[in-house]
Amino acid sequence: MADDTIIEVRDVHKTFVSETKRTLWSRLTGRPHVEKRVEVLKGVDLVVHRGETIAILGSSGSGKSTLLRCINKLETIEAGRIYVNGHLIGYEERDGGLIAEKASITAQKRTDIGFVFQHFNLFLNKTALGNVMAPLRDVKKLSASEARNIAVPNLEMVGLGDKMENYPSKLSGGQKQRVAIARALAMEPSVMLFDEPTSALDPELVGEVLSVIKKIAQQGTTMVIVTHEMQFAREIADRIVVMDQGIIVEEGPPSQIFTAPQHPKTRALLSRSGILPA
Amino acid sequence: MDFITNTLAVFPALLFAVPVVVQLALGAMALALVLGLLIALARISNIKILRGIATFYLEVIRGTPLLVQLVYIFFVLPSIGVSIEPVPAGILGLGLNYAAYLSEVFRSAILSVEHGQTEAALSLGYTPTKTLWKVVIPQSFVVSMGPIGNYFIAMVKDTALTSVIAVTEILKTANILNSQTFQTTAIYTAAAILYLIISLPLSRIVVVLERKARANG
Ligand SMILES: Nc1ncnc2c1ncn2[C@@H]1O[C@H](COP(=O)(O)OP(=O)(O)OP(=O)(O)O)[C@@H](O)[C@H]1O
Ligand SMILES: [Mg+2]
Repeated sequence: MADDTIIEVRDVHKTFVSETKRTLWSRLTGRPHVEKRVEVLKGVDLVVHRGETIAILGSSGSGKSTLLRCINKLETIEAGRIYVNGHLIGYEERDGGLIAEKASITAQKRTDIGFVFQHFNLFLNKTALGNVMAPLRDVKKLSASEARNIAVPNLEMVGLGDKMENYPSKLSGGQKQRVAIARALAMEPSVMLFDEPTSALDPELVGEVLSVIKKIAQQGTTMVIVTHEMQFAREIADRIVVMDQGIIVEEGPPSQIFTAPQHPKTRALLSRSGILPA
Repeated sequence: MDFITNTLAVFPALLFAVPVVVQLALGAMALALVLGLLIALARISNIKILRGIATFYLEVIRGTPLLVQLVYIFFVLPSIGVSIEPVPAGILGLGLNYAAYLSEVFRSAILSVEHGQTEAALSLGYTPTKTLWKVVIPQSFVVSMGPIGNYFIAMVKDTALTSVIAVTEILKTANILNSQTFQTTAIYTAAAILYLIISLPLSRIVVVLERKARANG
């Protein structure tokens, strides 16, 4: 593994199993009445280097969110390996297989991975400042003043120096997402993962969030961004990754992907977004 | 006119029982809150035995009258060598009983906290336990504030049941007065009004608390 590798995803498989126990018989036997298995990731390989900005594109249901969520172990995987900074996340290697590691160790490793959710997920009972300070205090065990000294500049960086005392209910969607970004950044992770950070926003609020993300990218933060904002991806990404039905069908620099896509699925995606003629 | 004067005349005597009611209600509520939260946590835990014990407790408490529980604690426990004074017995009985009901409040409040809150905490490096205590439970308190308040008011009124285990609270005091003066109407009217005077402001406070909680949610 090269020194500057931050994330290494190797042949990852993920299947969602949903069970319904509807009949008396299935409840008695413990066997599910209906078992639905969906293989969502079918062998994904991806390497992210320090300082890189990766944009993941793909149609709805292609497994983009699932991949991102597997990287910080919000989802389990059945096969393959995911390393962040050289460490397996959520698992230990034992006799060639994976066994779950202690939750506290996973938690420790997650402090190194920032995650920004589509629906912000701000702590609703805390102010903007409280949201950013909370993990610094609860996880990093900093004192209130130390936490504040880190939180305030981060909120100022995302342009919310004047909204620090607002509760989430008194913030717009764009402001909430910027607080969420500040909260993740304040932990000084070595990589930031964004799962469609602007998809839940009114169109007029998208710009303010994208410009914050761009600013962070320019500071050299390693980032993986799942997005439907093609223009933004083209502008900001060092590398575009295209997913379809659980695999990566194509990756390359934006200049190549947007002008000379190789895979038919990439071409279909780009023409649907009006980038390529249909 | 006589009726009103007589009723008013009873009040000072009944007021002496108010500190006992406060003691019962606060003591039992403290017990019910702590125990109720523990039962709720047991009910949502992964450990089967804990879930079983909690569910059994819940069924026993909800399946028997509070009055019977109080009588049991005060009159039956001494036969196995556990004698408890009236007021502590009242606090214990009310507390054990309300713990069961509050545990249901806590449980549904905990489950109602959006999963996104948990995921955010986990992604920031909170352990599952820390997520529960620092993120989920504090938010569930906001949701449970109203129901807890309503149970508190119900409990204040249920303190009247402890009159049967020799606690000199409002009703017992009224009974004593009645046996001395036989002014039945005046005495029990005064007692009823006194309960109203206590519970009406409490209901107002609960409404305000609920509104505040909703505003910040
Ligand atoms: N918890 C789950 N249980 C069962 N199936 C799931 C679950 N989460 C996702 N899926 C399924 O997995 C597939 C991939 O989902 P995923 O959310 O990763 O797609 P996506 O590429 O992020 O799509 P979108 O652009 O709509 O966000 C979908 O078919 C989805 O229905
Ligand atoms: Mg998604």
